[in-house]
Amino acid sequence: MNVLRVVIMLAWRNLWRNHRRTLIMIGAVTVGVWAMVFMTALMRGMVSDMMQDGVRNLPGHVQVHDPRFRDDPSVVNLISVPDSDIAERFDSAGIERWSSRVNVPAVISSERESRGVTLVGIDPGRDDALTGLSSTITAGRYLEGTDDTGLVVGARLLDRLDTELGKRVVLMSQDPDNEIADRGFRIVGVYEAKLEAQEEGAVYAGKATVTTMLGIPDRVTEIAVMGDDYRNVDPIYAQVAATVNDDLEVLRWTEIATYLGSMLNVMDGFVLVWFVVIFLALSFGLVNTLVMAVFERVREIGLMLALGMGPLVIVLQVIVESLLLLVIGLALGSLVGWLTVLPFEDGMDLSVVAEGMEMYGMSSVLYPELTLDDVLLANVVVLTLGFLASLSPAWRASRYEPMEALRKV
Amino acid sequence: MSTIRCVDLCKTYTQGDVKIRALDHVSLEIGASGFVCLSAPSGGGKTTLLNAIGGLEIPDSGEVWIDDKRIDNLGKAELADLRLRNIGFVFQAYNLVPVLTALENVEFVMQIQGVDKATRADLARDILREVGLEGLEDRRPAQMSGGQQQRVAVARAIVSGPALVLADEPTANLDSKTAEDLMELFVHLNERHSTTFVIATHDKRVMAFAKRLIKMLDGRIVDDIEQRPA
Repeated sequence: MNVLRVVIMLAWRNLWRNHRRTLIMIGAVTVGVWAMVFMTALMRGMVSDMMQDGVRNLPGHVQVHDPRFRDDPSVVNLISVPDSDIAERFDSAGIERWSSRVNVPAVISSERESRGVTLVGIDPGRDDALTGLSSTITAGRYLEGTDDTGLVVGARLLDRLDTELGKRVVLMSQDPDNEIADRGFRIVGVYEAKLEAQEEGAVYAGKATVTTMLGIPDRVTEIAVMGDDYRNVDPIYAQVAATVNDDLEVLRWTEIATYLGSMLNVMDGFVLVWFVVIFLALSFGLVNTLVMAVFERVREIGLMLALGMGPLVIVLQVIVESLLLLVIGLALGSLVGWLTVLPFEDGMDLSVVAEGMEMYGMSSVLYPELTLDDVLLANVVVLTLGFLASLSPAWRASRYEPMEALRKV
Repeated sequence: MSTIRCVDLCKTYTQGDVKIRALDHVSLEIGASGFVCLSAPSGGGKTTLLNAIGGLEIPDSGEVWIDDKRIDNLGKAELADLRLRNIGFVFQAYNLVPVLTALENVEFVMQIQGVDKATRADLARDILREVGLEGLEDRRPAQMSGGQQQRVAVARAIVSGPALVLADEPTANLDSKTAEDLMELFVHLNERHSTTFVIATHDKRVMAFAKRLIKMLDGRIVDDIEQRPA
């Protein structure tokens, strides 16, 4: 303990013998850590935005289907439980944000054009809590109930069909007996989506209207459930799995949108690589500082060895010196990183480059996401690699012969 | 109290193309409580012999024994521990740690030895008073004169009561009065605590205090005289 105390005291005082060099190195570590923290918060924000959009489009963190539905998303693969029972079970299980829907392939025809689409029958109130569709309506209105006979279409689809708000279109699909099921709808609302495919491919109508059209009263094809955090869906997954019949397939969003799910892992890997790359740039300065510090103090190191300080204590002293320097830089870098993210809590307006961002399905307002995990990871990476980078100069210092070192000028 | 035995020590340095024989088949024994001066002209081998006894330099051949322990074949860590526990050093250049105050420099060895804070602070203050540096405890080496620094170095060497003190020109930077006081302190420690002293010097005033005077020339012992100290 005494040795550690003297080592820390010596390391601390030695650090301030050359103020300028120490301050420059602390500055470099601070900027490096700030870059790690701030840029990661921006990247996390971007990815989070994409993930949340993706989850809204699916929709939900967890979905329930008939096991055959994903391979054959047609009206024959209905959920075995009546819709009214689903409501009862989910409500009594205390699951708050959920929506049962009918989701079938269909053909939409205007007076001029026809296109293949996905017809989605929804409970507008429940579904909006998951998708936020009502907030994307740019013309007309959102659906008003499950028996609403109006249709909400995407702006791009409206163009493709060469029709307009208020006009009638015909939707044609198949009933469970493989007979044609069709119905006329009036376009009552137009929405815009970030993803072109969604805007062209999905049309929304009242759930009861759609089930009547398809001849499947009180039945649905999927249940979507939203939890609290898209990164942690296991609790809601377990709750849903315990609520529905065993013959139904319960899937996390990462299993449905595997591309989005894998992006999360890629992002974690990317953050680690990013941290390591920044540290490698820093490490040149760090090692140089330590080598210079050791080189300048060869005589003192010789003296300490001569007085009986063991070689391992010399190693410890150089490492402690390096870690003290890093800890100061880490504390400042993390603080500055946090202070830089703080003003953008309500979003960072990137409308100057919004066009480019929207191409990738991202919003023009970016919400940086600073997580404790990322800050801790940055700190751990810097300390671990800093420790490793210090080993070489520390080892070198401990290998001096006392008298040889004492004779150095 | 330490006995020292050197057997047939040889040490050669190479400077450019020139080989310098610093120790040339040196053998000697110093009994417990010895007070020995090594005297030689510059380059005569006294510092090399002192360093070999202290485990600071390993001879090319021969053996060094302290008490019953052979030390010339020990590893770095073992040698460091031996020096820490048994030997006090006074170097030719004062060799203080510049970032520590006089008091901290004196406490330094005791701190590594694990002596508790209060004890080491008391011992360090007492010894600084004894070498005439009372009131200068908080000064750093750069704020002290050469003589004052040398006295701190001496205080550091003797404060923990080592069995053996090796001193290389300990009075080189001291005025005659301080040098005499210092030698009297060495004699006192030698007589009172049986500390063994081996001092390399060419200062005749220092030699006068020794019980035994060993003269060296070109790495060899040329004379070994028992004498009555002044």
